Amino acid sequence: MKFHKVLAIIMAAVLMIALFAGCKKDNGTGEETDTYKLSIIGSTSVQAIAGPLAEAFEDKYPGSSAEVQGGGSTVGVTQATEGAADIGMASRNLKDSEQGKGLVEHKIAVDGIAIVVHPNNTLTSLTTEQVQNLFSGVITNWSELGGADNPVVVVSREEGSGTRGAFEEILDLEDMVLQTIVSDSTGAVKATVAGNENAIGYISAGSMDSSVKAMVIDGVECTTANIKSGVYTVSRPFLMLTLGEPNENAKAFLDFVFSKEGQDIIENEGYVRVD
Amino acid sequence: MNRKNKSYDLIMKALIWIFSAVTLVFFLLVTGFIIIKGAPQISWSFLTDIYKVTADKHGILPMMVNTVYLILITLLISVPVGIFAAIYLVEYAKPGKIVSVIRFTTETLAGIPSIVYGLFGLIFFVSFLKLDWSILSGALTLSIMVLPVIIRTTEESLKTVPREYKEGSLALGATRLRTIFKIILPNAISGILAAVILSIGRIVGETAALLFTSGIVPKIAQSIFNSGRTMSLHLYLLVTEGISTDEAYGTAFVLLVIVIVINRLSAYLAGRLRKRLQGGSAE
Amino acid sequence: MSNASELKKFNKKTRIMTFLVENLFMVCAFVSVLAVAIITFFIFYSGLPGMIEIGIFDFIFGTDWSPVYADGGFGILPMILGSIYATAGAIIIGVPVGLFTAVMLSRIAPKWLSRIMRPAIELLAGIPSVVYGFFGLMVIVPFVQKFFSLPMGQSLFSAILILSLMILPTVITISITSINSVPREYTEASLALGATKIETIFKVEIPAAKSGILSGVILGIGRAIGETMAVIMVAGNSPYMPTGLFSSFRTLTGNIAIEMGYASGLHRSALFATGVILFVFIMILNLVLMAITRKGGAVRE
Repeated sequence: MKFHKVLAIIMAAVLMIALFAGCKKDNGTGEETDTYKLSIIGSTSVQAIAGPLAEAFEDKYPGSSAEVQGGGSTVGVTQATEGAADIGMASRNLKDSEQGKGLVEHKIAVDGIAIVVHPNNTLTSLTTEQVQNLFSGVITNWSELGGADNPVVVVSREEGSGTRGAFEEILDLEDMVLQTIVSDSTGAVKATVAGNENAIGYISAGSMDSSVKAMVIDGVECTTANIKSGVYTVSRPFLMLTLGEPNENAKAFLDFVFSKEGQDIIENEGYVRVD
Repeated sequence: MNRKNKSYDLIMKALIWIFSAVTLVFFLLVTGFIIIKGAPQISWSFLTDIYKVTADKHGILPMMVNTVYLILITLLISVPVGIFAAIYLVEYAKPGKIVSVIRFTTETLAGIPSIVYGLFGLIFFVSFLKLDWSILSGALTLSIMVLPVIIRTTEESLKTVPREYKEGSLALGATRLRTIFKIILPNAISGILAAVILSIGRIVGETAALLFTSGIVPKIAQSIFNSGRTMSLHLYLLVTEGISTDEAYGTAFVLLVIVIVINRLSAYLAGRLRKRLQGGSAE
Repeated sequence: MSNASELKKFNKKTRIMTFLVENLFMVCAFVSVLAVAIITFFIFYSGLPGMIEIGIFDFIFGTDWSPVYADGGFGILPMILGSIYATAGAIIIGVPVGLFTAVMLSRIAPKWLSRIMRPAIELLAGIPSVVYGFFGLMVIVPFVQKFFSLPMGQSLFSAILILSLMILPTVITISITSINSVPREYTEASLALGATKIETIFKVEIPAAKSGILSGVILGIGRAIGETMAVIMVAGNSPYMPTGLFSSFRTLTGNIAIEMGYASGLHRSALFATGVILFVFIMILNLVLMAITRKGGAVRE
């Protein structure tokens, strides 16, 4: 009995030591530079750029760790308000109910919202009105716009999504967008549209790639230049939120984001820089 | 009458074969699809690289390590509790209200959907106990989830220990506790191992309960208080985020291999358990 | 002399030890009671206030789900029906297939066939639900879209297919166990009376194994209703009333998983309230299961 017990205790101890030793070893690099630890939680759209920024930040300050979690804009706001995350991310402006809670907004980039279809869709451009009609279900077949005789499948985001909020606000579509398919992230919308020739959806412009086709809206292409100059109007800010002035860790990260290096990453990833 | 019998037999027999074939086809489709599409994606770097998209590293090592962490911590919590609970139920408890309450709640735990565990973990461990999104939050949530499996399977195997062993030990003057630790537990070990392996299977496959508890950071968790993405979550994110279908196939393949290994192991242990059971009752 | 006192001391020590350890056993046994209590409390605590604010009737029977808008609705009837339809569909397909497969494996199959099929079914039971969802998204969704030439393949039908597949192992294993536990005399008596083997299976053994099979079905229902990840990958998740087999729909579980990350305030409590409804469903199923097993003798996986 004793032997068994001792064995069990030793095993447990070894496990724990292995666990904590594991982290020590990883932590213990780079004694010379400062190390920071922070958590960044929120919008999945902002996450797409926060990920690469965090990776570059960790490279610059070896031993630091910046944990980026998705969840959504609202989670970003709540987590920042509760102090559960060092930085919250939101892909929309703060709502009235979210103001006055001591959150400080840091606008790190501007992002367009691309209206995307399957690459095989023959249409290339739409007017604002057509977009409104497509998403609210007035137009139900692509042939009504001169496309192929296929039904329109509207892919939307879920309730509470920052991208959806911004999209509906800009296009005056509040509570009118059809929700034939609901996907829970920018990537999921992209994947769904890429997999269905009849689909139309809206995604963060910075996440655009060749798997889907962005529509020209009112003759304006969805490019960084057009978003920056304001010609392409379907855009919104990317915010990082801190409770009060940023703490030491958050400040180091935000400084990095606003440095030329950080803003270059933002631009390279397809978003509009703010410096 | 006879002809009617014959056609009845024939129809039923045909249905049996058809539906069994459907089951087999389903099975072949799922596994074949994953193996054919997934196996070519496996490479040394896929298995051993870290995951860092900006550095063009797409390995699943961190998720594998996190999964192992999660398994270890979950088992560390749930196995002792589950075994002790089973011992209590088999060796101490007298049938009655208390036992039926314990059984009812254990059944209830087994029936709760994983998304509800996820919700609970989010409210209780993450927010209420302020453990944040971490391996620990995930492990605590999963510990409750696998508890019924461990209790039930351990109970079964404790019951298969021949009475004579126990009575012999007690007759020789050993205390009840000593008998439990020296005689009963060692003889039930293969059943307990089966419970552990079944639990590992559930932990490896879990997604919904982890999404809001252990979080999705694709790095090796530095400690149990850090967030870490597991294999199943990784697959989910790869697919729904449309990041890379190829990586998703690869990850699914690795998951499938792990599940097959777990399955074979538990089949082996179950075989041993059955043998013991037959040996015990042959007397 | 001193030996005796030492022995006494030793005895006292073991007695304390025994007392402690035995109580530890009991405490551990009560962990599951405690867990259910805490889970129930926290789910209801987070969900009920929202449900009351919305109005329980409006919440359960409302058909408009648009929580973030000014005069938005908080009705989850579409999701309740979605869950029920998907589960019913899975049972309609999964139970016959599973039951007949179980008959095959317990009574008909030659040895070589069971040697292939049993591990296959065990493996089906072990495959993670994300992998099923992935398979559904890559294979079933495009197949359904093409085969029925639909605008999209994300639909109730796709979800039903995936769920049937997922409940198969549960139905099969439990049916096998309960068919095998039918007393041999029943079978022999039936055969002696001149019934064929097939007749004996379907008219004697299966009726005798009824309660066991039924508990397998209930466990299958539980699995189908609680399934989340596989379903949200193929369902389309539209929050409207499901209008047919090929319409996009959302389940209770999907409602929670999709919006949880984005919800705040009343929206968030409405999602916890969705969890409450799900929880109640499961509790009811569990009680039914208890009643069946108590009546017909326990059959477990």
